[in-house]
Amino acid sequence: MDNILSIVTFIPAIAAGILALFLHGDDAAAQRNAKWIALLATTVTFLVSIGIYTGFDPSNPGFQMVEEGEWLMGLKYKMGVDGISVLFVLLTTFIMPLTILASWNVTDRVKEYMVAFLLLETLMLGVFMALDLVLFYLFFEAGLIPMFLIIGIWGGKDRIYASFKFFLYTFLGSVLMLVAMVAMYADAGTTDIEALMSHQFSSESFSVLGIYVVGGMQTLMFLAFFASFAVKMPMWPVHTWLPDAHVQAPTAGSVVLAAILLKMGGYGFLRFSLPMFPVGSAVMTDLVLWMSAIAVVYTSLVALVQEDMKKLIAYSSVAHMGFVTMGIFAANQQGIDGAIFQMLSHGFISAALFLCVGVIYDRMHTRDIEAYGGLVIRMPAYALVFMLFTMANVGLPGTSGFIGEFLTLMGAFQVNTWVTAVAATGVIFSAGYALWLYRRVVFGDLIKESLKAMTDMSSRERLIFAPLIVMTILLGVYPSLVTDVIGQSTAALISNYDTALAAAEAANQTAASH
Amino acid sequence: MIQADLTTILPEIILALYAMAALLGAVYTTKDGMAPLLVWTTAGLMALLAIWIATQGEGTNVAFNGMFVDDGFARFAKVSILLSAGAVLVMSQEYMARRDLLRFEYPLLVALAAVGMMMMVSAGDLMSLYMGLELQSLSLYVVAALRRDSAKSTEAGLKYFVLGALSSGLLLYGASLVYGFTGTTLFSGIITTVQAGDVSIGLLFGLIFLISGLAFKVSAVPFHMWTPDVYEGSPTPITAFFATAPKVAAMALFARLMHDAFGGIVKDWQQVIVLLSALSMLLGAVAAIGQRDIKRLMAFSSIAHMGYALIGLAAGTELGIKAMLMYLAIYVTMNIGTFAFILMMERDGKPITDIDALRQYSKRDPGKALAVLILMFSLAGVPPMLGFFAKFGVWQAGVSAGLTGLVIVSAIASVIGAFYYLRIVFYMYFGAENEEPIETRSTPVLWVALMGSAALMLVGIFYQFGVEGAAAAAAATLVN
Repeated sequence: MDNILSIVTFIPAIAAGILALFLHGDDAAAQRNAKWIALLATTVTFLVSIGIYTGFDPSNPGFQMVEEGEWLMGLKYKMGVDGISVLFVLLTTFIMPLTILASWNVTDRVKEYMVAFLLLETLMLGVFMALDLVLFYLFFEAGLIPMFLIIGIWGGKDRIYASFKFFLYTFLGSVLMLVAMVAMYADAGTTDIEALMSHQFSSESFSVLGIYVVGGMQTLMFLAFFASFAVKMPMWPVHTWLPDAHVQAPTAGSVVLAAILLKMGGYGFLRFSLPMFPVGSAVMTDLVLWMSAIAVVYTSLVALVQEDMKKLIAYSSVAHMGFVTMGIFAANQQGIDGAIFQMLSHGFISAALFLCVGVIYDRMHTRDIEAYGGLVIRMPAYALVFMLFTMANVGLPGTSGFIGEFLTLMGAFQVNTWVTAVAATGVIFSAGYALWLYRRVVFGDLIKESLKAMTDMSSRERLIFAPLIVMTILLGVYPSLVTDVIGQSTAALISNYDTALAAAEAANQTAASH
Repeated sequence: MIQADLTTILPEIILALYAMAALLGAVYTTKDGMAPLLVWTTAGLMALLAIWIATQGEGTNVAFNGMFVDDGFARFAKVSILLSAGAVLVMSQEYMARRDLLRFEYPLLVALAAVGMMMMVSAGDLMSLYMGLELQSLSLYVVAALRRDSAKSTEAGLKYFVLGALSSGLLLYGASLVYGFTGTTLFSGIITTVQAGDVSIGLLFGLIFLISGLAFKVSAVPFHMWTPDVYEGSPTPITAFFATAPKVAAMALFARLMHDAFGGIVKDWQQVIVLLSALSMLLGAVAAIGQRDIKRLMAFSSIAHMGYALIGLAAGTELGIKAMLMYLAIYVTMNIGTFAFILMMERDGKPITDIDALRQYSKRDPGKALAVLILMFSLAGVPPMLGFFAKFGVWQAGVSAGLTGLVIVSAIASVIGAFYYLRIVFYMYFGAENEEPIETRSTPVLWVALMGSAALMLVGIFYQFGVEGAAAAAAATLVN
């Protein structure tokens, strides 16, 4: 199959179209059909996407399975995957059927709900595969629309505030990125990502509005992209939209948000910032590293005092993303491999944690930690699953969480010892808040009357967790499953980055000596 | 010689003669009884003329010693004007008939306004520019006050007239200064003087006055004050008309004057346009936030959109004009769809324009709500809708002309602006239930207009029906 990437990307969109156009009515039968069609479409997408994995050649660091065609306004439709993106594609297709399963109890506007999720899947897949700047932006930005609707229509009490905050925060970051993209197009004359990677953007320092900009155009472009990816990531201090969005989103929305949407920021750094603006990245590295360290410590502390389970996990996500940015900007093999690993692992773990909250929320309709306690008595299987993912979140060796944190810390240590020392304390805090949460919800005496009728997980719920458990442990004990695939591409990325920096350094030296 | 001149302006002559003949015919026969028929024949004639101009027009033809220019640029603008005017006419027929507003003068005034607009975009001389502009404006003043027994509508008409007269005065004063300092009213004469490097302070003053007068017509800040009141006060179909064809005509005229007459001194007028553009985008975005009335909201939206289109003009390049034309074409398409929906909004037969009434509309009519959602996201410039590509085009032109600052301002304005478009989506999809829901009475014409324009926002990503090529060709004839 020559165009497997397009096929995978657009299967969900086609299913969404079929649902929207041909499924009428809102009775029980129509709702059931909508769910089954969505589940079928996402499952088929996953199965086909396995073809991408098997067809992928890990020894080739470049883009593979590339498709190219003409598009409007001199732009191109170009898709392709490399070691950095291929696993994110699989993560997306893997998580989506689970989110559909997790939404089985939705009763309000089921058809629209499924259409929104299917469209969202297409757009997310497109982000990871697009090899044209504007095509990337289109997928990246269009994903806001379904997510905005998902939070706004099917969300909790304060959903309106959360949905607007989500949209406007991310939109502001993105339009600044778009301005930089337009400037790149004007400078390089192409929007092809592959070509832009080998294009040298000017790094000559100059003054703008009286401010001396080291690294010149590259630094400005880096900042514009940073505005977008840092919000998406989210990095401290622009993370505040995330807890609101998570708390208000329906369970499946939180899962997609945490498992996939947050990864777009890190992916963006790896795809655009480092390879295209190496000098700009180098100029900003220290700042980003410190922001990451602050994020890890600060948000871990904030997580400690949360009353709402989802908010706690949301803050823990921000902390874990801090490790990711730290790893990326360490810009060495361990750091970047670790960052990608951490993103994938967080995709499984955070998804599972939000699903864990979803399980008890479905029964009790509250997320207050206060309202629970002693669940282990009524729900032993649930307690076991929750325990596993709590440990994975903490970074227990043997789970995938450990590998990611360890690699990123190791990478960052070679670059900036102090940042690493500060960030490492975050590991301890994360044990604090995660275990404390677990104790308050699962252990203790079962004294609350309302909890006495709780039932353990249904087989549908067990089915959702099973693949996540397998992946978390498998990656924990056999990490080279991931690192082998990404290794060549990250190695190429790093060597290009170092070469570009050395070249810029040499140019500076010559300029100085004259 | 005269034969060739007349052939060049044949479309204008036909439309003008038609309007006059129909006027006489209606007065001497059944008067308002003929109105529905006239609406359809006028719209049909406009569509025919548009097809004729689009398919038959070729090369650059100059008539009446340079007073009138028929080139690719004029043809692009004329086709947009005729098609949108025709579409608005057809959309308004049922609405006006049910409210007893459908007078036979209405389609004919619109036809005469269209003649004026066609003159404007083809103007090659300050005199013909003014002639076209006034023919257009006078017709618009009258249609704004079409609802004679409503104080609001009359107020709208009067306000429009007084401020419009003021702007015409500014424009004429500018024209006289330009004439005084260059000795000619022909654009081709002015540009020769200008390019010879003979740019006196007096000529620049004249240029600024001309720009002010035109800025009023495109409702660019700070000459926008009339827009919200006129949009709100006029009957909705008239508002729809104001928001579409006259905007295209005024922007096209603006571009023609700047390039044909002052093409050599881009640096001298660029800063003025940049300021107009930045202010329009910011004010349009901020002021619309507080609006509850969808017509006022669309007024501010149109101010903001003119600001974005002005980026293309400010660039002063061929790419800029192309982007501006694309922007206008897309903007007009979005507005036709949006106004088709506004025309449907009613409760107990009375038109409703309060956006609060849209609460939970998506539950009652998911299809139309989805179309409005697409249009709103497109107006906000969110991909993958076509509205995004419109913005992308002007930004690209702006950045390559070195106007990065303006582009950043416009990026920020577009985020602020997104808020109010989103709010409409919010009311339709997540708002609390309203006690008095609105009904949307849809006639086939309105339905087609709404759904068609929403569909175009998506289909346009894949196929643009040759509009892009036409815009590029049009821009090439204007800038050289």
